[in-house]
Formats: sequence, structure tokens, C-alpha cells
Amino acid sequence: MEALVASAVAVMTAVGVYLILRRQTFPVVLGMAMLSYAVNVFLFATGRLVVNMPPVLSDTATGYTDPLPQALVLTAIVISFAMTAVVVLLALGSFIASGNDGIDLGEDRE
Amino acid sequence: MNLALIVILPFLGALLPGVLIRSGRTAAALGAGLATAAALAGVLAHLPQVLAGEAVATRIDWLPALGLSASFRLDGLAALFALLILGIGLLILLYARFYLARSDPAGRFFTYLMLFQGAMLGIVLSDNILLLLIFWELTSLSSFLLIGYWSHKPEARAGALMALVVTATGGLAMIGGMLILGGIAGSYEISEIVGAGDAIRNAQHYPLALALILLGAFTKSAQFPFHFWLPRAMAAPTPVSAYLHSATMVKAGVFLLARLWPVLSGTPEWFYAVTTVGLVTMLWGATVALFRTDLKALLAYSTVSHLGLIIMLLGFGTKAAALAAVFHILNHASFKAALFMGAGIIDHETGTRDIDLLGGLRRLMPITFGLATLAALSMAGVPLLNGFLSKEMMLEAAAHTPYLGNGWLLAALATMGALISAGYSFRLIALTFLGPERTDYPKPPHDPGPGLWLSPAVLVGVVVAVGLWPALAQPLVAAAAGAVVGGDLPAVALKIWHGVTPALAMSGIALAGGALLLTQQRRLQRAGAALARLDAGAVYAAVMAAAESGARRLSEALHDGSMARALAALVLVALVAGGWGFASAGIGPQTRPMLAVNPVVAVGWLALIVASLCLPLFHRDRLLALVLIGIIGLMVSIGFVYLSAPDLALTQITVEVVTVVLMLLALNFLPKQSMAEPAPRRALDAAISAGAGLGIGALIYALMRRDFSAPTISGYHLENAYSGGGGTNVVNVILVDFRGYDTFGEIIVLGIAALVIYALADVLLRRPNLRRLMAWSPDQPRAGDAHPVMLVVATRLVLPVALMVGVYIFLRGHNAPGGGFVAGLVVSIALVMQYMASGLAWAEARQRFEYHSLIGAGVLIAGLTGLGAWFMGRPFLTSAFGYVHLPPLEKFELASAMGFDLGVFLTVVGAVMLALASLSRLSWRAMTDERRRGEGS
Repeated sequence: MEALVASAVAVMTAVGVYLILRRQTFPVVLGMAMLSYAVNVFLFATGRLVVNMPPVLSDTATGYTDPLPQALVLTAIVISFAMTAVVVLLALGSFIASGNDGIDLGEDRE
Repeated sequence: MNLALIVILPFLGALLPGVLIRSGRTAAALGAGLATAAALAGVLAHLPQVLAGEAVATRIDWLPALGLSASFRLDGLAALFALLILGIGLLILLYARFYLARSDPAGRFFTYLMLFQGAMLGIVLSDNILLLLIFWELTSLSSFLLIGYWSHKPEARAGALMALVVTATGGLAMIGGMLILGGIAGSYEISEIVGAGDAIRNAQHYPLALALILLGAFTKSAQFPFHFWLPRAMAAPTPVSAYLHSATMVKAGVFLLARLWPVLSGTPEWFYAVTTVGLVTMLWGATVALFRTDLKALLAYSTVSHLGLIIMLLGFGTKAAALAAVFHILNHASFKAALFMGAGIIDHETGTRDIDLLGGLRRLMPITFGLATLAALSMAGVPLLNGFLSKEMMLEAAAHTPYLGNGWLLAALATMGALISAGYSFRLIALTFLGPERTDYPKPPHDPGPGLWLSPAVLVGVVVAVGLWPALAQPLVAAAAGAVVGGDLPAVALKIWHGVTPALAMSGIALAGGALLLTQQRRLQRAGAALARLDAGAVYAAVMAAAESGARRLSEALHDGSMARALAALVLVALVAGGWGFASAGIGPQTRPMLAVNPVVAVGWLALIVASLCLPLFHRDRLLALVLIGIIGLMVSIGFVYLSAPDLALTQITVEVVTVVLMLLALNFLPKQSMAEPAPRRALDAAISAGAGLGIGALIYALMRRDFSAPTISGYHLENAYSGGGGTNVVNVILVDFRGYDTFGEIIVLGIAALVIYALADVLLRRPNLRRLMAWSPDQPRAGDAHPVMLVVATRLVLPVALMVGVYIFLRGHNAPGGGFVAGLVVSIALVMQYMASGLAWAEARQRFEYHSLIGAGVLIAGLTGLGAWFMGRPFLTSAFGYVHLPPLEKFELASAMGFDLGVFLTVVGAVMLALASLSRLSWRAMTDERRRGEGS
């Protein structure tokens, strides 16, 4: 299981990095979203993997997973949505204002 | 009064003018004056104790382990400076009230002035050198603001920048020196450093510390060759010149040298460095002053010269010289501030301060004439005025100090300085007030009202009173000098007549020579005008130009405007640093066994990996890319469910939905295809990203296979979630209780992000962007029916159910997976569905609450719930809970955390809806009128 999660994080990170290195806004936004997934899963996994032990207290539970990374990741997910939304709007704004969606200063100098 | 309070008072007073300025300049000045007077009263209350030789101290520990504490100490030296700062400050406030023109923003002026006053007071009262350094930099900053107050004048801006660059550079050097000093002494408390004088003077790094500290003091006190900023700072309004640039701030360097005198002085390095710089500054400043025709420039160079004199006296290293230095600080502050204010009056009433255009003012402005003349004669060192007393003590000290083995050299040069000083003082009086009346003054001159002349009159009162009865100043000066030299002061009485001494003869020579200089005025001017223009200003300009072009070249070399390049560099640096960390540190053995994998999980993993790998291959088709992102998000959510994180799964899947909606809205405008990029670039990027992915994957794999090296705090959370937080869903309890502060911050960030989006969209809805929006034509064919009836009906039916689900998820959140975040997202999705089905206009017509207010209400409710804990005497955001039995319902729990979660819920709904609605408003504007009409119904 650990190997699967690690490889998933690796692939998502790689894809995210590749996409943020593109020269147009939309792929960069996608890349940021991918990196958010990767980072959130990474942070979550620092609490170590446990199956069937949710951090909800009950009399029948045999044990609990680490709740702290989950709490941190939960807010991180919401905040990364907010950041994605801001970036999307910036991308949109620059496209509407300049007529192209390139991100490099050098390329739209005329 | 507590010393910390005295220091804080001016800062509090800085807030008043901004509030009071609406009631007029008088109210603003009164507010500032009140704070100053209160601080002054506080210092005066301690004065009897201080004059008796005791020191008052206050100490507030902050980080004692690092030697950081806010400790204040009021001894004789600090009291002398505090009285100068607050006393002259009060006079300056009065003067400035009448000096500033109606068009000047007076509230800002008084605020800056009070900021400076607080910073300067902080310097003199600090007993911790790190604290002192902070106040030191603050004076540089407030001086920058005040010099540049008339920011429409280029010379004011240039002068402000120059003053800041020179004094802040010196300040940086001084930080280094002070840290070395503290390192040697083993403490940053001045009172303890002063006790370690011998250890410091014998330390290996003493010369370095001395050089750095002197650099700071010399730049601040405008010593040669760093003096050039002071004359250019005269672009400031005259009250500022009188206050900062003659009476107080420029004496900060002098103060510091006096404060550290017991520690640093007495070595040959100190003697030659300090005495020489002071001497050269005294002579050079006086000489230049002789040739200046602008009254303020003349006074500025004279200030430079007198500061040099004080520094030179401190350099002598004898107790008598230190006494003379302290006395001259007091005297110079009184007559020079009065002179500056006089120059300001002349400028104000005649329209010029160029002495070539003045003359003959003695009958036209008799009050100003009287005041300025007395102050100038004191500056010249004429008997029966206070300047004479300290100048004579200076000459006396110089006569007894051998320099380079020569017994009379210093005496001769000091006499020379006094002579030139007398010369420019006489010239100031003669050319401004004496001579025939003119007919061509820019404005018809007359004396101002008492508002302007009262302040200099008080100072001239001090000049004359101390000049006639030196014993008046004796207690304060003795206490201050005692604090400088460390107690045992030579029994010197301040008095006018010491008998016929060498100093008296030197004084006589100086005054006679000064008078002679005045008679040779014309001849002198021709000879010296060119010489007087020399200073280091050109060097400064060259250094600044070089620094500027160097910085530009460096940043252009580092960053060529390509974001991809910058990001690639970032990733590569992280890779190298991470790789180095992996390679250089050992890693423990694997201690955790791998969890087994069941086939369903393997299929999910495969879907995730395949979708991810397809993304870089097919991302140029942007809609397809969104589908792929959706698959990945879904798989991540399922992973969370499987790995015991139901809350995360719920959040992830709901966020996924709103994210995709958001991206679709953006894609409405953006091109649906990305451009192809050249293959080599893609290959390079692929290599970089593969490296990053491998690194991160290896890191998390290594982490997951090992146990925690130390017990985590999660055990505490699990144990106390129910007993302390009243909930069984530990993740939710952490969010709303244990880490409630973090969550509170996060919802604020969320709200801010939504407001940013709203503002950005608003910009796009204005010209010239609006014109582009209106002219925009869809690049894809539109559906024939924008609002299919099936969708409309379905969403309407789903809405109440979805809202109920939201409420359910919210209510169960404390004890089962769910809570404010998830509930907020679910409700948002239900609402967004209505937008999608029926259009913006339809939805907005039925919208009851502004989303802005939802965000505000959410943050407010969360905050108020937190504050509620205060009334129970608990810290912010401590939750309380209890059980309520309401028939016919089951017994249920009510926790204050629920109020907090409600705030979270409202903020999430408001933020998500505001973001999406802003985007849809853009699409709405871009629609053709025809389509819009179809929606409005």
C-alpha cells in the first residue's frame, strides 16, 4: 500500500511540475491543482497509513489513525481551492486584458 | 510614571492628529501636545530622584534567553535628552501649528513628528542595545518621512532619500558593532555593558566594534565626511530642521558615544578617531557656513560644526571634557533651535531666506531681531550667554590635551574653530538685520504673531538665564555628566568668571577674529565660494548610480521575465538541496511493515496513475484535461476513504466539484487548446519534473515505512477530544477547538481570497476590459436551449434535499465525519446548480443575502464565539459544551464550538459563491443581448 501511495504522489508531483513549466496560463493552473493533490496526500501520509481506523471515537474501535495531519490537510484542501480560484481569475484577467494567455514577460513584448 | 509608558505616550500621541485633524490644525496640535506634555510630566516626576544621582529602571522581559527585553533606564544623561526631546518637542508643536500653510496636510505632519519623538525618546531611555537599535532605525525612518514631507519638491525627495541611505547604512554598521559589543560583554543590557569596560577595551575585536559603532554614530551625527546629508535635509519644513536636524536626532550619535563613553573611550584608537573626526568636522563645517547665503544652509553647516565640537570633546576622554560636551549639548540645542525657528520666521514673513536678499530687518522685525541676535551671539560665544560658557570649557579642555605629542596644536585649532564660528554668527546678524532697509523684499516684512515667536522666545530665555546664572543648569548637567563618566565627577562648578585663564584669552582671540572676518566679508566671499561647494555628495551620487545599475543588471540576469525559467530554477534548487540532504545524513532502518493491497485498491491506483500520465500527454485539449483532473480528484477522495480519513474524502470530493465548475467558467473565455511547445523544451521539462517526482516519492515512501521518532501530540488530541472538546470526531474537534486559532485564520484567508476574486472581476467589468468583453464572441457553438427544462426541474427538486443534507452534515460534524467546511461546500454546490440551470439573472433576482455579508457574518460569528470564552475567564476560542434534553427529541449536545463551526460554514458558502458568481458575471456581460433576454425571464 505504501508503495502505491508513494508512487501516486511521485506521479502527481511530476505531472504538476511539468504542467507549471508550460508557457500558458491554463496548464499552469492545472499544474497547481495537481501539485495541491500531491502535497495534500503527502501531508496526509506523514501521519502514516492505517486502514479502517477513522479518528472518530467509539467504544468498538480497535485503534485510531493520526487525526492531526487530517485536520491540517482538510483546511489545506479548502485553501488550495481558494488559491486556485484566484489564479484562475488572474489568468482570465490577463487573457481578457492582453488578448493572449502566455505567461512569459519576454514573449509578449512587442 | 512607568518608563515604558513614557516611551509609548508619543506613539499613542501619533494616532491622535490623524483623528483630530478633522477638527482643525489646532486640535491636532493640541492632541499631539497633550501626549508630549504627559510624557514630559512623567520625566519631571522622576527628576528629583535622577538629580540625586539615582537611576530609575523598568524591565519587561520578552525573550530573556536571547537577551531581548524591553528595559528602560532613566539616568542623568537620559533625563537631559528626554527633557530636550519633550520640552523642545512641545515648543515645536506650537511653532509648527502656526508655521504650516493651510494647504499642508498638518495631521500627517504631527503624526510623523510624534513618531519621531517616540523613537528618539526610545533611544535615550533604552537600557538594551538591541531595543536601542530598533528605535535608532525608527528615527531614521521618521526623519525620512519628515524631510520628504513636501513630497512634491524634488529636492525634498532627494534629500529624504539621501538622509535615509546615509544614516541607515551607518545604522547597519552599528548593528554589527553592537552585536560584537554584546558578545564580548555577555549581555545586551547597557548597564551591564558599561560595567565590562576593561574586558571590552582589551578584547581582540574591540577595534572592529569601535569602528562599526563610530560609523553609525558619525553618519547619524553628520560628521565629516558623512555630513553632506544634513544640509540637504534642510528641504524639510523648518520646524523639522529645528527639532530633528539641530536639537535632537543629529545628537543621537553624540548621545550614543556619551552613553558608551565609559566602555569605549580612553584608548588611543578612540582618542585619535573621535577627536580627529570631531575636529575636522568642526573646522570644515564652520568654514563652509561662512560662505553660505541661505540661512538654513548656514545654520545646517553650523550645526555640523557644533556637533563636531561635541564629538571632539568626547574624544578627549577626560572627565572635564565630557562635562563640557554634555553642557554644550544643552546649550547648542537651545540656541540652535531658536535660530532655526528664527530663520523660519524670516522665511515665512519676508518670502526669502537668502541673506543676499535680506538686510535691514532690525526695525521691521524687532522681536525676531532681538531673539535671533541673542541666539546668534550665544552661538558666537559672547559672554553672559550660555554658548560662551561651554565654549570656554571646550577651549580649556583643548588647551590641556596634547595631540600627536604636541601641546598647543589642539588649542590652536580649537581657537580657530571658535573664531570662524564667531565669524559666521556675526555675519548672520549683520547681513540679515543690520544695514539699510531695502525696498525689494519679496514680501513686506513684519513680526509674526506670538504663535511663531513664543517658542524661540522660551529657548532664548533659557540661553540668557543659563548664560547669566550658570548654576541653574548645574544640577542637570552634573547629573548627566555623572551618568556619562560613571559617578565621580571632578568638582567643577559652572560659572562665568574663572579668572584670567588661557581659555579666556583664546575666547577673546576668537571673538576679535570673528569680528575681523566680518569686516573682510567681500574679499572672503570671492576667495572661498568655490571651496565651500566641495563635499562627498558627488561620491554619494556615484555610489548610488552604480548600486542602482548593478542591481538592475543582476536582477535582469537572474530573471529574464520567464516564469517557467524561474520555477525550473526553484525546482532544481529544491532537488539539489533535497538530494544533498539525503546523501549527507543517514537514514534509519524501515520499521513499519507494508499494508496489504486488495484488488479494488489496485484498480483505483491504476486509474489515478493512468489519468495522471495522460494529463501531460493530452493537456493541450483543455476540456479533456479537466476530465482527467476530475478522475484524479475522485481517486484521491476514494483513497482518503480507504485510508481512514472520511472527513478528507468528503471535503476533497465537494471541492472537486466546485473546482471543475470554476475551471469550466474560465474556459468559457480561454482558448480551448494550448499551443504546442518545441520538443527539446518539453524533454528538458519532463526530465526536471521526473526528478522532482522521484524525489518527493522517495521521501514520502521513506517516511511512511518508519515510525515516528518521537511521540506525536496526536495522542493528546485523541484523549482529550471528548472530555475537553465534547466531540467524538477528533478531526473536527481539532479544527474548531484545539487548533481553532488556525481555522479562524484560514476562514479569514478564504474570505479575503473571495474578495480578491470579486475585485479582480470588477476590474474586468470596467473599461477598457469591458469593451473587449462585450465584443467577445464564443469560439464554440452554443447549445440551442441555454436552460433545458429537465435540468431546471431536477435542480429545483434537488435543492431542498441538498440543503437538508448540508444541515445534516453540519450538525453531525462534531461527532461524525462532516462539519462546517463540508456542509458549506455541499450547500454551495446546491446553489451553484441553480445558477447553472437557470442563469445568473434568475439566481440573482432570488438571492436574499449578499455573499460579502455572508463572509463577514461568518468571520464575525466565529470570532464572537471565540471571544465568548473570555467571559468564562478562559483563553480565546476555548469551547464549552453541555447536554440538553428537549422533549420529544433525544438528549443532544450543544457545544460552543458549534457556533464557531457555523461561522466556518457561512464563510465557506459566502466565499465559494462569491468566487463563482463573480466569474459568471463576466460570462453574463459577454453574452449577446439576445441570449441575455432569454435568461432574464
